Amino acid sequence: MTIQTEVKELHAPGHRACPGCGCAIAVKLILRETGPNTIVVSPTGCLETFTSPFRGSSWEVPWIHSLFENAPAIATGVLAGLNSKGNVDGTKVVAIGGDGGTYDIGMGALSGMFERKDDILYICYDNEAYMNTGIQGSSATPLGAGTTTTPVVGDSFGKMVSKKDLLAIALAHDVPYVGTASIANPADLKKKVRKGMDNPGPAFILMLSPCNLGWGFEPEDTVELARKAISTGLFPIVEFENGRLVSAQKIKPVPVEEYLKPQKRYQHLYKKENFNEVLKAIQEKADRNIEKYDLAKDRN
Amino acid sequence: MDLPLGGVCKAGESRKLETGKWRSFRPVVDKAKCIKCGRCAEFCPDSCMEIKEDGAEVNLYYCKGCLICMRECPVDAITKEVEEK
Ligand SMILES: Cc1ncc(C[n+]2csc(CCOP(=O)(O)OP(=O)(O)O)c2C)c(N)n1
Ligand code: SF4
Ligand code: SF4
Ligand SMILES: [Mg+2]
Repeated sequence: MTIQTEVKELHAPGHRACPGCGCAIAVKLILRETGPNTIVVSPTGCLETFTSPFRGSSWEVPWIHSLFENAPAIATGVLAGLNSKGNVDGTKVVAIGGDGGTYDIGMGALSGMFERKDDILYICYDNEAYMNTGIQGSSATPLGAGTTTTPVVGDSFGKMVSKKDLLAIALAHDVPYVGTASIANPADLKKKVRKGMDNPGPAFILMLSPCNLGWGFEPEDTVELARKAISTGLFPIVEFENGRLVSAQKIKPVPVEEYLKPQKRYQHLYKKENFNEVLKAIQEKADRNIEKYDLAKDRN
Repeated sequence: MDLPLGGVCKAGESRKLETGKWRSFRPVVDKAKCIKCGRCAEFCPDSCMEIKEDGAEVNLYYCKGCLICMRECPVDAITKEVEEK
């Protein structure tokens, strides 16, 4: 048991995140592992906004806000600057961006960063929509989820297509370290941040980051929902080194309903019979993940 | 507000912002029940749970009242009260 009397977070309190924000938990844990010898780059989004009102920065590591679309390119520039001076202190560059900034508008810049094999750890906190501007759908918004741009009216059941597979995209670039992590498992999250930093070359970590405002649930359930995303099989905790799967967290699978039902963005799926197909498709997605990564404990 | 030259922001300046004012519920720790496991401190998004010698203590200057600490406490040592303003 550790008595944490002296925890001095590098992600300072007083930040403007909504009560119970999953991203705020994630960043606190990430910076505990990176330590102070790190430069963080963030594209526009909730994280950038809630940590940087004028005269209210929450960053106690050097931090730079890029544009919405170019965090990976700015991170490359920061690294080039460090290297041109010899980087004698071995300072690490870490980019932390939302799903809109990563899956959508920053995709080109991210692809370039991966291709150049720049020694940068890129972490995407995925809250599955553009939250900072009021819950617009992104290519990370999952099938069936309601957002302001994937509306629920009449026969329209929210997002009509499934989520982009960002892990596969990172792997297709031969990124040497690729993994998923969760605020529900801080020890594993920190271990993966460490591996991503120590790995020479690019590293990519995807973190599902529950957002009570955008998903519609009680703030106290943030960590529990992150846990349910894992135990349903919808968000597998996996890790790849040089393209090879090296770890997958085993689960005792529970029905996707346990994850979907507490969230307002999925409520409509339970109210209309012809939306049953969507629920089935979501369960099938979880089952495919369980099969693909052999996630289930005690299979016989 | 007097603007410093060049609009300088200092590291960690958010520490002076009193986010505790946002709270509508207040977490209350029963220190007799607290086993000092540190889970509440690990998960608190606002870094305001501290594990002291005699148990977990909330820093009400920052606590936004999300109640994640209450939900995650393995021995139910944390309950909620409506915040009186
Ligand atoms: C080029 C550009 N387009 C649009 C915006 C407006 N904008 C600011 S934040 C944001 C959403 C960010 O979404 P995401 O990256 O998912 O982060 P989140 O807010 O969800 O944490 C948008 C659309 C912008 N700042 N720049
Ligand atoms: S809108 Fe969501 S992601 Fe943004 S600060 Fe609030 S809880 Fe966090
Ligand atoms: S209620 Fe939320 S902000 Fe307050 S101590 Fe508990 S976890 Fe932290
Ligand atoms: Mg987002």
